Amino acid sequence: MEIMLAIVVGLLYASGVFMMFRRSLVKLIMGVILLGNGVNLLIFLLGRLEKGAPPIIGVSQKSLAGQVYADPIPQALILTAIVISFGLQAFAIVLLKRAYKVLHTDDLDDINTREEEQ
Amino acid sequence: MSGFLLLSPLLIRFSIAIVLMFSWRKIRLQRFISVLGEVIALCLATITFQQVLAEGASSMQAGGWLAPYGITLVVDSLAALLLLVTSIIGLGVSLFAAGSMLNSRLRFGFFPIYHLLLLGISGAFLAGDIFNLYVWFEVMIISSFVLLTLGGERAQIEGAVKYFTLNFLASVVFLTGLAVLYGLTGSLNMADLSLKLPLVAQRSLVDVCAFIFFIAFGIKAAVFPLYFWLPASYHTPPTAVTAVFGGLLTKVGIYAMLRVFTLMFPWDAFLAGLFQLVAVLTILAGAFGALSKQHLVKSISWLIICHIGFMLAGLATHNQESLAGTIFYMTHDMLVKAALFLMSGITYRLLATHLFGKAGGLFSQHPAWSLLFAVPLFALVGIPPLSGFWPKISLLSGMAAAGNWLLFAMVLFGSLVTLVVVARIWIAFFWQPSPTEPVVAFRYFEDYPVIKRRAMGAGMVMVVFASLLLVAAAPRMYVWCHHMAANLLNPAAYLQLVLPQSP
Repeated sequence: MEIMLAIVVGLLYASGVFMMFRRSLVKLIMGVILLGNGVNLLIFLLGRLEKGAPPIIGVSQKSLAGQVYADPIPQALILTAIVISFGLQAFAIVLLKRAYKVLHTDDLDDINTREEEQ
Repeated sequence: MSGFLLLSPLLIRFSIAIVLMFSWRKIRLQRFISVLGEVIALCLATITFQQVLAEGASSMQAGGWLAPYGITLVVDSLAALLLLVTSIIGLGVSLFAAGSMLNSRLRFGFFPIYHLLLLGISGAFLAGDIFNLYVWFEVMIISSFVLLTLGGERAQIEGAVKYFTLNFLASVVFLTGLAVLYGLTGSLNMADLSLKLPLVAQRSLVDVCAFIFFIAFGIKAAVFPLYFWLPASYHTPPTAVTAVFGGLLTKVGIYAMLRVFTLMFPWDAFLAGLFQLVAVLTILAGAFGALSKQHLVKSISWLIICHIGFMLAGLATHNQESLAGTIFYMTHDMLVKAALFLMSGITYRLLATHLFGKAGGLFSQHPAWSLLFAVPLFALVGIPPLSGFWPKISLLSGMAAAGNWLLFAMVLFGSLVTLVVVARIWIAFFWQPSPTEPVVAFRYFEDYPVIKRRAMGAGMVMVVFASLLLVAAAPRMYVWCHHMAANLLNPAAYLQLVLPQSP
């Protein structure tokens, strides 16, 4: 399971970066979304996977020593990160729409006018 | 110190933003609430600063969950100082924006978002938990995206695409670092990490993790290979936005580095080499970039990068003297850069241009403004007795004490280039006779109502006055900054504060 997740994370990062290197604004945002998902899975993976051991401490248990339980923190982190990246992606899509409306182009190479004029 | 006072910079800004959202259409009221709220925030920040100086640092565990399990907020003297400076700039820019910002932008919620940006910045200074720091960074960048694009002009959108992409990338890299860090240690509390990270067996992984964090904060702070978003975007939004970006945002990146690379990651040869290399290249890149521009805002934007290099150089040297210099320089730089961007806004309204070739005549036509503008310009170079001079002494003597003559020379070189750029600005804007006829259909400074002109002037005067206060307080600042640097290098007091139960 870990190895499969690691491969998926790698693929998501690689395809995200690849998409960001493309010239199209739409692909740029695709890349952003893929990277965001990749990093969430990475947190999930590095928080150590425990199967069938819920993050619940029974009433009778006095100590956690020697207990196997899933760590709830990575999931809380991922939840926060998902919400944040959701907001950012929504903003990115609106920005993309606005950029297309104002600049009439989808090509990242064509949006450097202000840089070149002194 | 009470928890309320610790949380006050966050609570006050959050409440201002909420109140402002309820008065969405009443822009006159918004201006008033915004300025009033920042006055209260400044009072609270001053009280906090005094309390921290008198009683020492203080921490709060959110929800009463003890560290390392809960979220910790810490205000030590460094955080209190930066919060105070943030509040000064917050009030100054608030005043300036009340005078200068177009009604159309105010109607789309400039002020609420502005206060949310300040909320994010204050939160980042208070965070004692690395994930909490990430969340505050996100609050900060989401607000900054909106402020940057508000208005939707062509240049703004072009700048915003680059700014968005690189800052989003920084967030992803930051989260990657967090994931690795959590995988290595199982903790996210900075104080706890400071105890656990030295025990990790895989040293190379710790270095990799440190490198990931360096990239994440490096993008925020605009260090050498990662700065391209800054010159592409900083000249596009209105002056008030640029002032708060230029004054505060990049410095939050440096603050995060100061914390993370003193408290958490053990300083080693790898980090020292990395910081030194990047500092040198950042100073060079910023200096040459500033020299190549014939545009007031663009050349000041490049100077931000150059001076970020100074702070990195201080971090790279990593002794008490140089860290004290870094902290002192950071406070000076925040105030002076904000003042310079406000200056650029007033200059634009006086002369209708930012280009060196078309400007001129400021000194003969507006001597009073020229005198005011001279203070931040000369402070930027570090001409004694202005505020840039004193921190540079600390920085340079720290580097000399460490025998790091390369960085010593680079800081001097950066200062020299700053002098050249400032001299060019002075000649172009102040001495050169004004070659252009008045632009038709341009709203000059004189065309603004008196109250708006006063507001703009008051905002700028306030920030400049604060930088002069820094001069008056230089001997005390020197002692305080040394104290802060000593606490950064030996975090025993910080650990005791956050984790009292650990040995």
